[in-house]
Amino acid sequence: MDLGQINPVLLAASLMVAATPILLAAIGEMVVEKAGVLNLGVEGMMITGAVVGFAVAVNSGSPAAGFVAAALAGAGLALLFGLITQVLKSNQVATGLGLTLFGLGLSSLIGKPYEGIKAPSLGKLDIPLLSDIPVLGPVLFRHDPMVYLSLLIVLGVWAGLKYTRAGLVLRAVGENHTAAHALGYKVIRVRLAAILFGGASAGMGGAYLSLVRVPTWVEGMTAGAGWIALAIVVFASWRAGRILLGAYLFGGVSVLQLNLQAAGVAIPVEYLSMSPYLVTILVLVIISLRGNHGAPGSLGRVFHASS
Amino acid sequence: MRFALEKRPAPSRLMLGLTPLFAVIATMLAGGVMFWALGANPVEAIRTIFLDPLFDPTFGAYSRPQLLVKAAPLILIAIGLSLGFKAGIWNIGAEGQYIIGAVVGAAVGLAFYPTESRLIFPAMVIAGALGGWAWAMIPAILKTRLGTNEILVSLMLVYVAENILASVASGVLKNPEGRGFPGSRNFARDYPAASNLELLPGTGMHWGVVAAFIAVIAAYVLMTRHKMGFSIRLTGEAPRAARFAGVNPTRLVVFSLGMAGALAGMAGLFEVTGPAGQISIDFGSGYGFTAIIVAFLGRLHPVGILLAGLLMALTYIGGELAQLMLGMPAAAIQLFQGMLLFFLLAMDVFANYRIRIKTREAA
Repeated sequence: MDLGQINPVLLAASLMVAATPILLAAIGEMVVEKAGVLNLGVEGMMITGAVVGFAVAVNSGSPAAGFVAAALAGAGLALLFGLITQVLKSNQVATGLGLTLFGLGLSSLIGKPYEGIKAPSLGKLDIPLLSDIPVLGPVLFRHDPMVYLSLLIVLGVWAGLKYTRAGLVLRAVGENHTAAHALGYKVIRVRLAAILFGGASAGMGGAYLSLVRVPTWVEGMTAGAGWIALAIVVFASWRAGRILLGAYLFGGVSVLQLNLQAAGVAIPVEYLSMSPYLVTILVLVIISLRGNHGAPGSLGRVFHASS
Repeated sequence: MRFALEKRPAPSRLMLGLTPLFAVIATMLAGGVMFWALGANPVEAIRTIFLDPLFDPTFGAYSRPQLLVKAAPLILIAIGLSLGFKAGIWNIGAEGQYIIGAVVGAAVGLAFYPTESRLIFPAMVIAGALGGWAWAMIPAILKTRLGTNEILVSLMLVYVAENILASVASGVLKNPEGRGFPGSRNFARDYPAASNLELLPGTGMHWGVVAAFIAVIAAYVLMTRHKMGFSIRLTGEAPRAARFAGVNPTRLVVFSLGMAGALAGMAGLFEVTGPAGQISIDFGSGYGFTAIIVAFLGRLHPVGILLAGLLMALTYIGGELAQLMLGMPAAAIQLFQGMLLFFLLAMDVFANYRIRIKTREAA
């Protein structure tokens, strides 16, 4: 074992890469939950995004096309969820679970011919000048475009929810759908839009796994990343800034445990592999110690306008 | 003219019974389209999945007993899950409880190897149930003491359990005479006192099937005759009323998660000692997740779950047959099962709402 092999600068840089899939999925799910909908199908949308993005990128040679296709695929599954839960008023927990099981099956069906192929490279976007700063340059400014895009999305969601009218309406719908309906807002439409956004984000997060992080298609490759994203939304108390913090924290844990595995630490591999999940549980426990932490008032409840 | 939904005061019992059948038919139709898209003859594919395992002269003799073998763990787990689901307690980590139950039960059996005693197998079953119970107590206690979300904790623990399984299968429980291969001693072949063999040759009937039938009857009695069953139903239908009626939510969470864990743990133990034969990295085959579909398809009712478990077992066997005969990918059947749950949930609208056709001026 040689801990000296672990380079802190490279570790910090790969942390951002490791965190991006979860960050994308979590920020999308946060918007969905802010609108009062609990979609437990994040894992299913992520893995479908991963396989569709991979297939399109391999066939077209363009990773950008892959990400667009992944976003559409994620939104497509989300639309299914939205129609069943919002229009047909089904139970959101059960439908979300169903979406995950469905997505896992769909992805392994689509992915069979793509096993063992390497993804076309997305390339790096070195930001001029900034990327030359010692230490900070390689950590922050030598990434692929998706890392920056994910940060922009977080910023956009934060500003959108806080400062725009649309954000206010979305929060009103999530906080109290009866009152929002009485004020004349289209509860179902707002929620469907949020669900679609969440699906597209999760799909892109999945594609980031298969196109950049790994970068190849492996059946079941999300391995609970979608569920961790759901946990991060709780951890973040439904705030965009804390989503970023949470995702990077988990990115850090998963990169560190992989590095420890590679460095041959005397802890068995299985125990290192389970650490991200244990950390997730630990974080959920710590958060629940704080008591009420700002979940949207109508989260998970079925809305049915009686008139 | 437009459609409007009108909430029924209580779910229609007729529709609750009929919609699972509609969902199965809709899934067959949509599945047929999927199989057609995959390049198979849809009618042949549906026949291979649903009829050939039972009636085919060559395969029937092999696959009919498999029906009980595959249905037993699904029914056992789904019965446990249904108790919580009915009360709005979402334990989705049955797969983890199933794995830990199998590991703990197998460990107890292996500790006594090669003792031949009639007591070993019952002790293993109890240990398996306790293992699954203990694993389910983690989300239960975190939920009742701290209010931690049981959905996420129970699911995270599945991944932890899978890693523990991988660790023991090539570690402490590894067969010392296995020439270095991962996996425990084979209970079914090498350790008669700890094995769960067919009770009646050619039927697939093993102790897990017996346990599943007992669980169905016990759950039925519990839900219809016992106060705990009443508390569960009341909490699910009217949580506020349940609180005023003095239902203790802590007891409810601990009971329903504990029962689900114990039943899933038992199912895991019956599986490793019988059909799977040994503790290996991949003995699980996802029963813990499929059981969620079984619980919903069975309308969270014990008898419904019995039927749904048999149907889902049929799709497993039929799926294998379709793989063999028609070169259908294994994932197709997983997708098929997911579709079934979707159609069912979508059709719930008929049970909970009346569909009214409104003319324009009436609105």
